[in-house]
Amino acid sequence: MAVDEQLKIELGKQGVFVTTIQDLYNWGRRNSVWPMQFGLACCAIEMIATTMARYDLARFGAEVFRPSPRQADMMIISGTVTKKMAPQVVRLYNQMAEPRYVIAMGACAISGGPFKQGYNVLKGIDRYIPVDVHIPGCPPRPEALIQAFMTLQKKIEAQPLTGEGRPRHLDAEAQGEFPVPHPGEHDLEPTSNPGVWTVPVIIQ
Amino acid sequence: MKTVEEIKAAIEAAVPGAAVEIVPNPSPSGQHSLRIAPVHAFAVAKFLRDDEDLKLDFLSNVTGVDWPDKEISEKVKVTRTVTKTVAGVEQAVEETVEETRKRVEPGCLEAVYHLFSVEKKHGPVIIRMRTVNRSDLVYMPSLTPVWRSAEFQEREVWDLYGIIFTGHPDLRRLLMWQGFKDHPMRRDYVEPDDFEYEPTAHDQVLARARAHRAAKQNAAAGQEGTGAGQ
Repeated sequence: MAVDEQLKIELGKQGVFVTTIQDLYNWGRRNSVWPMQFGLACCAIEMIATTMARYDLARFGAEVFRPSPRQADMMIISGTVTKKMAPQVVRLYNQMAEPRYVIAMGACAISGGPFKQGYNVLKGIDRYIPVDVHIPGCPPRPEALIQAFMTLQKKIEAQPLTGEGRPRHLDAEAQGEFPVPHPGEHDLEPTSNPGVWTVPVIIQ
Repeated sequence: MKTVEEIKAAIEAAVPGAAVEIVPNPSPSGQHSLRIAPVHAFAVAKFLRDDEDLKLDFLSNVTGVDWPDKEISEKVKVTRTVTKTVAGVEQAVEETVEETRKRVEPGCLEAVYHLFSVEKKHGPVIIRMRTVNRSDLVYMPSLTPVWRSAEFQEREVWDLYGIIFTGHPDLRRLLMWQGFKDHPMRRDYVEPDDFEYEPTAHDQVLARARAHRAAKQNAAAGQEGTGAGQ
């Protein structure tokens, strides 16, 4: 239950700070999202630039790139996901602890990009794992990654702790592990995870 | 540097039995290449590397070419005996007929090596080798023992074109995964039918996407049909 904004200000004037556990909890969560340290292609260069002094992702509490999926909260799919790499990406995602979030960065990660009709590139990582924020661009500028990150922060902030739409770590029924695709004789098997991705309807 | 003709002569003098064929390049660069027989490839490569005048000590690039089976139709004049009724009497008459005959020229796989000399500062010398066909006799000697830099590139050629390099120390796929069956750079490679979602399809992709949708609808209709029957 949210606190009435006006009442909050009035109480603040009297030296009383009122908040909800949900606000406090989400405030803490959204300001310490640690990304996983891995890059897949040229988008990773922009991701590195984002963390450096000029763009300074540390302002958002996300500068601690963790080399282990066990310590990471967010996965930035920064670049082309080849069919050979896709099982490893899904496996790394499975190894992350909840709550975990995914940003698909760049044209390749969201759809296959310029390599979409190639024989070796996955047509978007959202076929296997749930993606929270998609950023288009080839590669997206660091500002775009920061925008995506702020979008993710807003998403975290808006998550209720109970009921529908609560984060997965508070939902005992939520799916924890996502099936890792098997590299088959001609293609990955299966070619997508229907629990995560259904074929979008094209309106012509 | 020696011209290709001179190199050809030098190779043929040094390696007995090596038949070298010059493949001309009509472009302004004029980088003619030498086609050598796979049987003599190892000896020729060794000669090119160690010869005092050439000293081709640097292998810069290995690539593959796929030459698909070619169907050639040609018109041939054939003379044959035909029984005909001429003026009420049956006679055997010789007749010349033009016939269109079709024959299939078997394709092959080709490997191309670009060689330079760091010591002599010259190059490139381009050598080519062909396999017998592109289905089962796809063997070719590996030149990795001569130039170490061929190792990964020959693996790539095996991966994408399917040439088996005999004598290669570690011939595994390089870009695709183990257990992958196709060779994607071959002309007759058919990519998996994953055209279920093409929001901005055009040209070939549009055709494939439409074919995919039609196949899906047919399958769905077929299933409904059987469902109604039960």
